[in-house]
Amino acid sequence: MSLLLEIAGLEVAYGPSQVLFGLDLSMQEGAAATLLGRNGMGKTTTLRAVCGLEPVKAGSIHFAGERINGWRPDRIGRAGIALVPEGRQCFPNLTVDEHLVAFFANRRAVAGPWTPARVYALFPRLKERARNLGNQLSGGEQQMLAIGRALVTNPRLLILDEATEGLAPMVREEIWACLAQLRAAGQSILVIDKYVEKLIALADQHTIIERGQVVWQGTSTELDADHGIWHRYLGI
Amino acid sequence: MTQLFLEQALNGLQFGLMLFLLAAGLTLVFGIMDCINLAHGSLYMVGAYLVAAAAQASGSFWIGLALGVGAAALLGLVLELTLFRQLYKRDHLSQVLATFALILIANEAVRMIWGAQPVMLNPPEALSGPVEIGGFFYPAYRLVIIAFGIAVAGLLYLLVAKSRVGMWVRAGASNREMTEALGINVQALFTVVFVFGAALCALAGGLLGPLLAVQVGMGESVLILAFVVIIIGGIGSIRGALVGSLIVGTVDTLGRALLPTLLRAILPADAAANLGPALASILIYLLMAGILFFKPQGLFPARA
Ligand SMILES: Nc1ncnc2c1ncn2[C@@H]1O[C@H](COP(=O)(O)OP(=O)(O)OP(=O)(O)O)[C@@H](O)[C@H]1O
Ligand SMILES: [Mg+2]
Repeated sequence: MSLLLEIAGLEVAYGPSQVLFGLDLSMQEGAAATLLGRNGMGKTTTLRAVCGLEPVKAGSIHFAGERINGWRPDRIGRAGIALVPEGRQCFPNLTVDEHLVAFFANRRAVAGPWTPARVYALFPRLKERARNLGNQLSGGEQQMLAIGRALVTNPRLLILDEATEGLAPMVREEIWACLAQLRAAGQSILVIDKYVEKLIALADQHTIIERGQVVWQGTSTELDADHGIWHRYLGI
Repeated sequence: MTQLFLEQALNGLQFGLMLFLLAAGLTLVFGIMDCINLAHGSLYMVGAYLVAAAAQASGSFWIGLALGVGAAALLGLVLELTLFRQLYKRDHLSQVLATFALILIANEAVRMIWGAQPVMLNPPEALSGPVEIGGFFYPAYRLVIIAFGIAVAGLLYLLVAKSRVGMWVRAGASNREMTEALGINVQALFTVVFVFGAALCALAGGLLGPLLAVQVGMGESVLILAFVVIIIGGIGSIRGALVGSLIVGTVDTLGRALLPTLLRAILPADAAANLGPALASILIYLLMAGILFFKPQGLFPARA
């Protein structure tokens, strides 16, 4: 196993207000890691910094051995990081099919890559909606599309920001099942979500942040064993 | 009367298609990069001059057209890399001021290089005569312009609607950040779009050169029409630009040709003579106001 992502001493600020204060997080290739914390603690900001969407004030981000902070977002995307963003952000002027066709790439020439056809096999509902525009879908379908759109870039690291937020329970289960399937296939995943039990089942390594700093880090077993941590840092 | 109508309808189509070449670039630059480029008309003027100069030097209209369009594309590239890349980040007022300055610079530069007199651009020899279609004669050259316009419009439609690059362009227009995160170099894409727009301007300028005078200031009047087109069509939409161009081209041409005659049939002669030309020249603005009243975002809004 080799180190895939290594965030060290990350600091990010929005103008004068600093949000991240020296955050550390690292994960192995093929692992599934989570980022937990209450609202507004800086989870989304961390992911956006990894994707090059927010400038890094201090610290470093290494991906597959290369220092990527300072790279443009498209270069980071091509290096193999794909984001399923908060709020899904499907394109209202592209059809479902175009979302998948436009961003398909197999830059590392992996065997059996994610293609639009495979995404349709994973989410048959998208197939039925292939000719609909991105804003003509239900919330669940948009989420599936956002995941599919990230998968067809054949990423080395898949990042999901609150992928189950605002979805009906049934659809949420579908998304969790999909993530478990990806995990089993060896996909490296970094995920933010609110459902801690689900995350314990999905991932092996968890990082809790509070006000832009890591306050707890540990394995699924450790997190499962101590519900005091949930209460103290997550308010549940 | 039908003959006049047919002839004017063809003229309107031809004018509309040329407007489309201008409006296509303008609407993409405005819609995708959120940049108001008043100097778009100047690219049309400079393009026409470049085509005229290259045609004169080479002795062939077609070689001149190709060279002129290529040179305008190059000019567009230089402008994008140096000036416009800085302007995208600024507000609309800065963009208006900077590109207005560009208009003045372009007009002066053209005056210094080619002089204040209009430059002649002759249509290709073989196309200088009329051809008979459906019982009346129509200039062959104008038919070629129509064919060119249809071909380019079709190509552009395929490019934007069907190709992956077109998908990236549309995605970039709607959500630049997300498009970049998915690995697309949107900045380079914008450069390509801008260069393409400049080439289309020169193509329109070169094709229209033999029909109109190639002269200083020719860009400004057409710029206003191009803005009317993209506002009617919906900013950022290629389909809107096409439909808007055809509407504006036809309505303007037919209005100018037929309105005075029509008015004479229902009004006293001197009233019609006064009202006709005035009404014809504001017809497209009335049309724009009417369309915006019902569809404030234009006919085909690009952003949801
Ligand atoms: N564009 C911005 N400009 C200024 N402040 C911002 C911006 N985006 C986020 N913030 C602030 O930064 C802090 C961290 O926000 P962030 O979105 O990273 O939190 P989060 O942990 O993802 O929260 P949530 O669970 O609500 O999604 C918050 O206090 C938020 O108000
Ligand atoms: Mg968030």
